[in-house]
Amino acid sequence: MAFLDYFRRAPKSAALAKDRLSIIVARERAAGTREGADYLPQLQQELLAVIARYEKIDLGNVTVSLDRATGCDVLELNIVLPEAASGNPPRPTKPATAPA
Amino acid sequence: MSKVVVVTSGKGGVGKTTTSANISTGLALEGKKVVAIDFDVGLRNLDLVMGCERRVVYDFVNVIRNEAKLHQALIKDKRVETLYVLPASQTRDKDALDPDGVGRVMDELKQMGFDYIICDSPAGIEKGAQMAMYFADEAIVVTNPEVSSVRDSDRVLGLLASKTGRAESGGAAIKSHLLLTRYSPAMVKRGEMLSVADVLELLGIPLLGVIPESKAILQSSNKGTPAILEPTSDVAQAYLDVVSRFLGEERAQRFIDEEKRGFFGRLFG
Repeated sequence: MAFLDYFRRAPKSAALAKDRLSIIVARERAAGTREGADYLPQLQQELLAVIARYEKIDLGNVTVSLDRATGCDVLELNIVLPEAASGNPPRPTKPATAPA
Repeated sequence: MSKVVVVTSGKGGVGKTTTSANISTGLALEGKKVVAIDFDVGLRNLDLVMGCERRVVYDFVNVIRNEAKLHQALIKDKRVETLYVLPASQTRDKDALDPDGVGRVMDELKQMGFDYIICDSPAGIEKGAQMAMYFADEAIVVTNPEVSSVRDSDRVLGLLASKTGRAESGGAAIKSHLLLTRYSPAMVKRGEMLSVADVLELLGIPLLGVIPESKAILQSSNKGTPAILEPTSDVAQAYLDVVSRFLGEERAQRFIDEEKRGFFGRLFG
């Protein structure tokens, strides 16, 4: 019934599709399917080993991500230190810039 | 100089074979010597869409295994002078295509003076799809404005950049073009379908063209006549534009915006 559709408000599912795709495509590219940064899991483990020598950290409170900004890749390392975990909001360490 | 072009997508059913048939036919209509190769071993369909299924005697795998000469397996189109089809085999042997054998056939086709070698890829990202893209100079990535198709196209772009002859030899990157098919401007306008701009932003490769969703596609495959041979339909017009752009001509994009319809058209459409 085309004339009924005319009065109905349409859901904007295309915007949702685009948002979902932006996330999944970016993640898959970063995971090495497109550019080859497949050292991330190992990097994360080795960094953790170093940090664990100085601080008691929870594995769940560490995230490593690679973002692509214009002109350079940004390697972001986010570690929640023990005292921050109890109460204070997490504070990110300084992002380091990695060569592409 | 021959140019090898792979028509690929990752996802199945998005229009690779339809696109291969129409672009091959369109390039031949422009006077180019063209061969369309069906790489979908076990599920050959290009011959059916191009209407030459009853003339298949030998196929691609026969040639690779030296059971037939290349000229015996090539089927000359009866409508367009410079168009040929190399059909896929119906064998179930997945390893029937090997890089050495395919490379040999490619070299022979180049020696025969073909301007364009169009490789119709099977769906997926396994060996068959990788064989179809291995020798490519350019790629036409066929995508529907739909989440799974866009994601698969992105994966395929990754393979084009890593698992091809050009990637392995460190040569110039394969030139990839986006062909957005089954596009419905009306749905895009209502916010129910990803737009051309959305897909371009997500995939980041240049747009070769937009093919509208159309009944003419089914009618042309029913008949075994590529849509481009009946230029009255919107699909034929869209593919003619695509072929012109592929040959380097400037053509404004069409079929992106909704056709104007009258009040009664909307009421009863």
